[in-house]
Amino acid sequence: MKARAFAYARPRTLDDAHAAFAAAEGDASYISGGQSLVPALAMRLQAPQVLVDLAGIEALRGVRLEGDWLRIGALTRHADALTDPLIRAHAPLLSAAAPFVAHPAIRNRGTLGGSVALADPASEFPAMMLAMGAEMEIFGPEGLRRVPADDYFQDLYQTAIVPGEILVALHVPVVGPRRCWAFDELARRRGDYAMVGGGILAERDGGRIGALRIAFFSVGPTPMRARAAEAVLTGRVPDADAIADAQRALDADIDPLDDEEVPAPMRRHLARVLLGRLVRKLEIA
Amino acid sequence: MNMMASGLVPLNLTVNGAPVGRMVAPRTTLADFLRTELELTATHVGCEMGACGACLVLLDGAPVHSCLVFAVQLEGAQVETVEGLVARGAIAGLQSAFHERNALQCGFCTPGMLVNAHALLERGGVPDRAEIRDALSGNYCRCTGYEAIVDAIEAAARAAQGSGR
Repeated sequence: MKARAFAYARPRTLDDAHAAFAAAEGDASYISGGQSLVPALAMRLQAPQVLVDLAGIEALRGVRLEGDWLRIGALTRHADALTDPLIRAHAPLLSAAAPFVAHPAIRNRGTLGGSVALADPASEFPAMMLAMGAEMEIFGPEGLRRVPADDYFQDLYQTAIVPGEILVALHVPVVGPRRCWAFDELARRRGDYAMVGGGILAERDGGRIGALRIAFFSVGPTPMRARAAEAVLTGRVPDADAIADAQRALDADIDPLDDEEVPAPMRRHLARVLLGRLVRKLEIA
Repeated sequence: MNMMASGLVPLNLTVNGAPVGRMVAPRTTLADFLRTELELTATHVGCEMGACGACLVLLDGAPVHSCLVFAVQLEGAQVETVEGLVARGAIAGLQSAFHERNALQCGFCTPGMLVNAHALLERGGVPDRAEIRDALSGNYCRCTGYEAIVDAIEAAARAAQGSGR
């Protein structure tokens, strides 16, 4: 349970980080909070020659408003999602999800950027990027680019980031006065990976649900948008009929794998239950 | 800037209030650094994957798993271990409450429990039992259960409030 020996680099700029990664000819890993990477190294699921530590790069830090967007630096820690006033005000789904992410000591060290870069399909924050319609700012050979969440999550642990590129910041559209949201998950134990989890960000429209985005996690190879359920709920009063219709539609949105602990039909059932809870939590009135 | 070091890396940080300078191998976790380089063996190494909580220390004031941090990542950081907390009397109330309630059996998990409980009580007030359990959700005790531990933390919080019990 010890990592294999590696060389260590602590660059101060994105360019230097990229250069250090490139110098290792593909045999390098970036480390941010390390709360997923270090266990993977300890179990030797990964054994890079070089570890490039991103912690000294100022461009990855800070939370600030930029017009209608909230820029969350990739090194922002999970615990900050609970306490940062800008995140609480403008990205409330992250604050709602944070208490469910592992446990406090992990949240003190893990970073939002690390979680979204890893893109574990069972993790809370990547799915919330999808629910919020966030954009990921990525540093690559051509400089900086922004990729919408809908295009960012591509397959199991696979994102729009190509090896060597660095996730710089998460850009979240700020929440207006008519927005409401809900987050919940079903887990066997506090802090465990959820069997199913999800979040909704919606517009209030005179007692009806306006435009909305629903994202689930632990229901497929990536965080998944529930587009069919969204279509059913748009313009509806969130009553029992609307919820039942959305629950039926949800089947088309998710793609749960069969695993020994939670068979796919059970996950589908739990996702329907969770969707009902989420819609009922929305403060539409 | 240290662009690429393949052998030992110089490291300067503060541990329990004292400056520490060493050459370390990058693969050395903070837990192993504390135990083997500094002989601070109150920090226990259990699962080495961030699940059991026996290795918790305060890093810049917040509890973290010392098994999930490499020492080389901590240039300039402030680390406090159970030894430091004991030396400055910061957890005396918790220690006596744990003793009084018999809130341990083999004691392996206790240092991590104390670090986490200390950070919880530092926030002030008397946390309710659900809050205490939530704070301890990353600390495993495989001997007994959590009831006496939660009792002890609650009692220490009340004692610190001056309300006694």
